[in-house]
Amino acid sequence: MTQGFLAKNPSVLIFLAALALFTLAVTLLSHAYGVSFLSTSFVKTLGKTLCLCLIALAMDLVWGYAGILSLGHFAFFGLGGYMIGMWLMYARTEEIVVQALSGAPLPPTPEEIVSGIGTQIFGVVGGSEIPWVWSFAHSLPLQLMLVVLVPGLLALAFGWLAFRSRVTGVYLSILTQAMTLALALYLFQNDSGLRGNNGLSGLQNMPGQGAVTQDQLSVWFLWASALALGLGYLLCAWVVSGKFGSVIRAIRDDEQRVRFLGYSVESYKLAVFTLTAIIAAIAGALYYPQAGIINPAELAPIASIYLAVWVAIGGRGRLYGAVIGAAFVSLLSSWFTGGRAPSINLGFYTVNWVDWWLILLGLAFVLVTLFAPQGIGGLFDLWQGAKHPKRRGAPLGPDDGSFQEKEAVE
Amino acid sequence: MRLFLSILAALFLALPAVAQGTPAAQILADNRALVEKSSRQTIGPVIEALASSGDPAAAAILAAWADRGLGLHDDGRFLLISEAEAGWALRDLSGAEAGQAAKGEVKQLRPNSGVRGLIATALVQFQLADPDPARRSEALASIARDPSPDHLEPLRVAMAKASDPAMARLERLLTLRFDPDSAARVAAIESFGADLGLDLRAALNPLVGTRRIAVAGGAPEGENLAASLTPGKEITREAAYDLLVTADLAPARLTEADQRATLIENIDNGSVAGIPVAALDNRAERDRAYTALEAEGRAPAAATEDEVSAALAAHSFHDVYAEPDPAVTEAAEAALARIGLKVGAMQAADLSLDALSLASIYFLAAIGLAITFGVMRVINMAHGEFIMMGAYTGYVVQQVVADRTLSILLALPLAFLVTFAAGVAMERLVIRHLYKRPLETLLATFGISIALQQLAKNIFGTQARPLTSPGWLDGALVFNDVVSISYIRIAIFALALVFLGVFLFIMKRTRLGLEVRAVTQNPSMAASMGINPDRINMLTFGLGSGIAGIAGVAIGLFAKVTSELGSDYIVQSFMTVVVGGVGNIWGTLAGALMIGGMQKGIEWLNPSNTLAAQTYMIIFIIIFIQFRPRGIIALKGRAAGD
Repeated sequence: MTQGFLAKNPSVLIFLAALALFTLAVTLLSHAYGVSFLSTSFVKTLGKTLCLCLIALAMDLVWGYAGILSLGHFAFFGLGGYMIGMWLMYARTEEIVVQALSGAPLPPTPEEIVSGIGTQIFGVVGGSEIPWVWSFAHSLPLQLMLVVLVPGLLALAFGWLAFRSRVTGVYLSILTQAMTLALALYLFQNDSGLRGNNGLSGLQNMPGQGAVTQDQLSVWFLWASALALGLGYLLCAWVVSGKFGSVIRAIRDDEQRVRFLGYSVESYKLAVFTLTAIIAAIAGALYYPQAGIINPAELAPIASIYLAVWVAIGGRGRLYGAVIGAAFVSLLSSWFTGGRAPSINLGFYTVNWVDWWLILLGLAFVLVTLFAPQGIGGLFDLWQGAKHPKRRGAPLGPDDGSFQEKEAVE
Repeated sequence: MRLFLSILAALFLALPAVAQGTPAAQILADNRALVEKSSRQTIGPVIEALASSGDPAAAAILAAWADRGLGLHDDGRFLLISEAEAGWALRDLSGAEAGQAAKGEVKQLRPNSGVRGLIATALVQFQLADPDPARRSEALASIARDPSPDHLEPLRVAMAKASDPAMARLERLLTLRFDPDSAARVAAIESFGADLGLDLRAALNPLVGTRRIAVAGGAPEGENLAASLTPGKEITREAAYDLLVTADLAPARLTEADQRATLIENIDNGSVAGIPVAALDNRAERDRAYTALEAEGRAPAAATEDEVSAALAAHSFHDVYAEPDPAVTEAAEAALARIGLKVGAMQAADLSLDALSLASIYFLAAIGLAITFGVMRVINMAHGEFIMMGAYTGYVVQQVVADRTLSILLALPLAFLVTFAAGVAMERLVIRHLYKRPLETLLATFGISIALQQLAKNIFGTQARPLTSPGWLDGALVFNDVVSISYIRIAIFALALVFLGVFLFIMKRTRLGLEVRAVTQNPSMAASMGINPDRINMLTFGLGSGIAGIAGVAIGLFAKVTSELGSDYIVQSFMTVVVGGVGNIWGTLAGALMIGGMQKGIEWLNPSNTLAAQTYMIIFIIIFIQFRPRGIIALKGRAAGD
């Protein structure tokens, strides 16, 4: 009872130490601050992977712990990216426009600068007016607030509507998927004010930091991502370790019973849903400056489902499992689809991994779901000798919850 | 006086040539001088006389004249001429051969364009009276293409002889546009009622066309006013002032670009009119500098805001009809309003047809899900890929069987078999183990879905494959200019109805359906009664998947067959089932109708943007589920389970 938080959660220290080691190693191997062993683009890939690990953490919290299979968290991720992207693009374009106008015989008026920015940004969608959604784009602090506020409020509103009417289980999953689809379709329109399917681009350039090279910037973002991941891990570990964590796990296992015990199930779910949406948004805000471009296709429902795949393969219901799953699957995925994996020549057919990786992933996912619900994280249990009750004998009766053969014998 | 003399001279000269025979020849001979030196002002009566002479050859003579095929022989005879090797080949005015003549003997008549126009108008009358209906309708069509006031008279003459409905309609259309009598025009407009024809709207619209004018003082006299506009209300102040500028009633306003250009021109020693250039980085300073330049006379005076207001107050702005007759414009406006109302009603009917056909597509896509998800409560994310498999089966069958009708008839059962087998295999291998873990079923079937999609991409490539419908499904059933529906959509609607019937029959009238319902309600009780739940689950899942395959063939007929075909429909299909109410086929039907109707309705409100329509529809569904979480038709009591 008197044990401290860290003592109760030894995995947190191990994880943070591993993360720090990893960051240090990448820094020392990078172009900018080390021995130039890793290319800048690979450092960026690692930085992006850390962001994906962060959103996987959020997904694990909402799905693995609270039992809400949300297929919409990538929408929050994308929204976070859009919010930071608006500032990056606006500020960067402002620099360019001011530069271009400074050669003119008259100094530019503020109105001329704004209209120049409008033409630059919205020329591709045939406009030059700056839409109202960009009202705060000139200011970094305001836009950073929006990174948290917009996805947070959307999650709050959506969650409130959904949980209030007791939409649960697969219905909720489909509803979240529909929300993502609606958002993606909305952003695809040219008149949504976010450049339609062109999305926002040129985000890799840091405004006001013209002297900083991409080599340095990539390492900076890696640090920021690692810091965010570390803090996120601490937060999630703290959330799930206390009484709050016990309640959300109980909701996952039997929602009715928790409700009858007098807990406000809806409030707990809403809190978890909103919190994870905000974590996802922060991850997105760190991800897209490294990716350099964001467009509505990033918000497609399929992305959120991949998120569930990562967490499931990594092992849900344990935070380090989600991180391992996201890192493992996304790195493997970029290795296979990047064309770097060697093709296998079967004599009659050459297996080209660019074409076959998704099939492998899909089948692996089915197998993990069927035979290894613990995911990769389950290996740690094996190592520690922890055992789970086996429930895969033939059922004694076809009803839910009936004893399985072995349990009945024991 | 000269005219009179020349006619007299012509009559005198014509006397020796009396013996020419046909009435047409007589008329030409009588007016020889006029014909020889024809002009638009004088030739009218001659053409008139020819046209009404009743001579059977009159049309041919007029046509020849216009084509420079009429000649005047040195002996005073008029002849039909055509180019021949040694001069002219001749025919007399009744069309009979009349030998040849040297070029010098016969003078070719060359009427100018004005005269040719008169002749062409006169000829219309002959074409309209042509005994051949095809020639007649050709003449009508050519008039309708390019109507002019000249056509009205021949048309009426022709109508007096023999009238048909098309001719009468054209006559009324011309009357309402060109008749000099205002009452006749109004009567013609009103005779149409709320006719839907595009030709009527094309005739009425120019009548109500307006142009915008600005005049000093109050309303102008002698113009047919449509509306008076107040700046700031019906017309923006900017637009009103632009009107004044274009009408040269006021000086142009200073644009920012002009201002900047003038300021740049007047930079002098790093300052403009005493204001340093560096200070000109805002509007107020630039205005101040420009005003200073104006005062020095180095820049053109530009209208200030006060001057603009004064100019606007001194003038009035009006929409004026191009058509001067107020009675006609009023009648035309009324007629257009009537037509608009009727067209609106027709469009609503057309929209409902569209909505119905979209609903039947959703229903087709969702009916398989209504079985697997609705009855068995198994969430199958690979349902869309089963639809895709059905469509690709249709494509493969069409590669083998060339005959379109036969190949579709073959493809339907084959698609059922293929997807039935796939569904059974999936149920046995995967879903069976996950009945107690619905969320994981969702994930596992999603894994299968991405694998199947990629597999289809590997086999068939990423480009769209054609699935061509048989020829008898081409075209559309057209009710009128507004309402129409393509046959393929009717076929899909019929197919959806058939499926509804099949589903109801299997569920309510067969042993299988009974057992399915028993297993869904209470598996252990059903098992105690001797039903094998495993077998039933397998068959039910196979059935749902098979229906998805057939739906795939139908959807492939009008959508492009790609590996993404299924995923385009999966979310809508689940929505249809969830909105309708899980476990009830009538609910699925209602859901499909609602979603299809909604989507079309929103598209109608915002026609340019189908993406927005889908967005708003999904938002609507999310809100709808707030009020009826169990769908439109909710199961009640123990069957609802939980």
